Amino acid sequence: MPAKKANNSWSLVTRSSPLPGFRLSIGFTLTYLTVIVLIPLAAILLHGARLGFGAFLHTVTAPRVLASYRVTLGCAAAAALLSALFGMLLAWVLARYSFPGKRIVDAIVDLPFALPTAVAGISLTALYAENGWIGRFLEPHGIHVAFTPIGIVMAMSFVGFPFVVRSVQPVLEDLDPAMEEAAASLGANVWQRFTRVIAPVAFPALLTGTALAFARAAGEYGSVIFIAGNMPMKTEITALLIVTKLEEYDYSGAAAIAGAMLALSFTIMLAVNLLHWWVQRREGKRT
Amino acid sequence: MSVGQTISSSAMLRPSTAQKAGRVALILLALLLLAGFLVLPVIAVFTQALSQGWKMYRDSIHQEDVLSALRLTGLVACIAVPLNVAFGIAASWAITRFEFHGKNLLITLIDIPLAVSPVVAGLMYVEVFGLHGWLGPWLSEHNLHVIFAVPGIVLATVFVTFPFVARELIPFMQAQGSDEEVAAVVLGANGWSVFWRITLPNIKWALLYGTILAASRSIGEFGAVSVVSGHIRGQTTTLPLQVEMLYNEYNFTAAFAAASLLTLAAIVTLILKKIIEVTSGVHRHVDEEEVQS
Repeated sequence: MPAKKANNSWSLVTRSSPLPGFRLSIGFTLTYLTVIVLIPLAAILLHGARLGFGAFLHTVTAPRVLASYRVTLGCAAAAALLSALFGMLLAWVLARYSFPGKRIVDAIVDLPFALPTAVAGISLTALYAENGWIGRFLEPHGIHVAFTPIGIVMAMSFVGFPFVVRSVQPVLEDLDPAMEEAAASLGANVWQRFTRVIAPVAFPALLTGTALAFARAAGEYGSVIFIAGNMPMKTEITALLIVTKLEEYDYSGAAAIAGAMLALSFTIMLAVNLLHWWVQRREGKRT
Repeated sequence: MSVGQTISSSAMLRPSTAQKAGRVALILLALLLLAGFLVLPVIAVFTQALSQGWKMYRDSIHQEDVLSALRLTGLVACIAVPLNVAFGIAASWAITRFEFHGKNLLITLIDIPLAVSPVVAGLMYVEVFGLHGWLGPWLSEHNLHVIFAVPGIVLATVFVTFPFVARELIPFMQAQGSDEEVAAVVLGANGWSVFWRITLPNIKWALLYGTILAASRSIGEFGAVSVVSGHIRGQTTTLPLQVEMLYNEYNFTAAFAAASLLTLAAIVTLILKKIIEVTSGVHRHVDEEEVQS
């Protein structure tokens, strides 16, 4: 039972509240967080650290591993860019125009979040394979998608672009049309209204969404491995390399590469948080 | 929609013919890309699944391996989702109803599972519970199996669905404020009756929304579960893993038949989400809000 005055005596609390349940809720939250997230995370990082700096560096800079970074980061960057373009277009259309079936379109945008990655993977592979619905039109032109880096980019874009839509769309919807009208009344043309009024507000959201799409693409596994072909040095992504190391019982190698991936994840997470903080501060100043 | 109406009703921005054409072109382009990029893969799943006819489809799904994978997927979701619902409620109560040191850090930590690659997530539990992990020797001494067994699959699923409920509830409860709850406490209600009578009814839609997201992800999780599962047929294969196994055996029709069940679950998820968004106001989109000044 939560004691009524417990929260006042808790040193963590900076301002007392008449509501009960602080100890219970924070206690459960921290315990659960520690068991599910923090301890396992520490286990992998400590294993990486136990290897020693030399061995760690040797593992994470082996030629096959370096090649996997190039594939993963290169494809993730291309996918993030594609996601930014496609996501911006969809966010704009959803926020600004009304058309029949808009709610359905809005719901479909979240499909990549809801569709299991393995399903997306086999389905995209079937579409882009030589005899697939899309592949058969591309193959005669010499464009090979399945089992090449282009296929990896397609799969990564599939899972990444909803992040851009969901980041940008609310910002565009919140943008007061009066600002644009004012710009128009002062003689701004469509392009000027877009670059001077809309872009400055939407850009931080676009950047956040693109960063999230990139992070998701860089860590993606299920949708990529089916379409990638998984040729070492050519189309092997880093996440798959970790699985391969595990299957070879090379736990240290897996932990070291995972450490490198975690470093990337946390860098992106930090960047997104800093961006968010910067935007909030800027908006705070404005009002 | 209200935004569009405001624009079109304002004399200043009455669209010219060229602008109208541009608008239609943009909408068509967006719809075309969406159809090719998102809808086509869904249609492909069902077409491939039914390519050998209905009977073959039914037989593929009624395989014992597929049915047991389906049962395991359901079991895992039934454990992982309630755990994360409890966590989400506790975390959002602590975070939105009290001021304490390190609150922003806590909010950031809750997001960690969203940033971590699923494969790395699975590996983390191998590092703790695997034979070479921290608890591995102790577990094997007591004949307990976590990795390559159901508990590991549950843990990996709990990890990847960890933030969903909390992330829905925190902004929602923040926006709602605590006035009603404080009033109830001042009038003498105890903690549990405040929770059951005031908080829960207020947050029920946001809670349901987060629960649906968590359930959907837990049904479909592949990478993290793949690492800890061991792929033991009929025992530690969830439905997404079963899809992979069938596919790798070149049993494409059966793979797509199993995948079609997961696709149906995804479609149901999207419909439920939209229903909640439209009926309850738990959503992020301004265009469906009734009040717009």
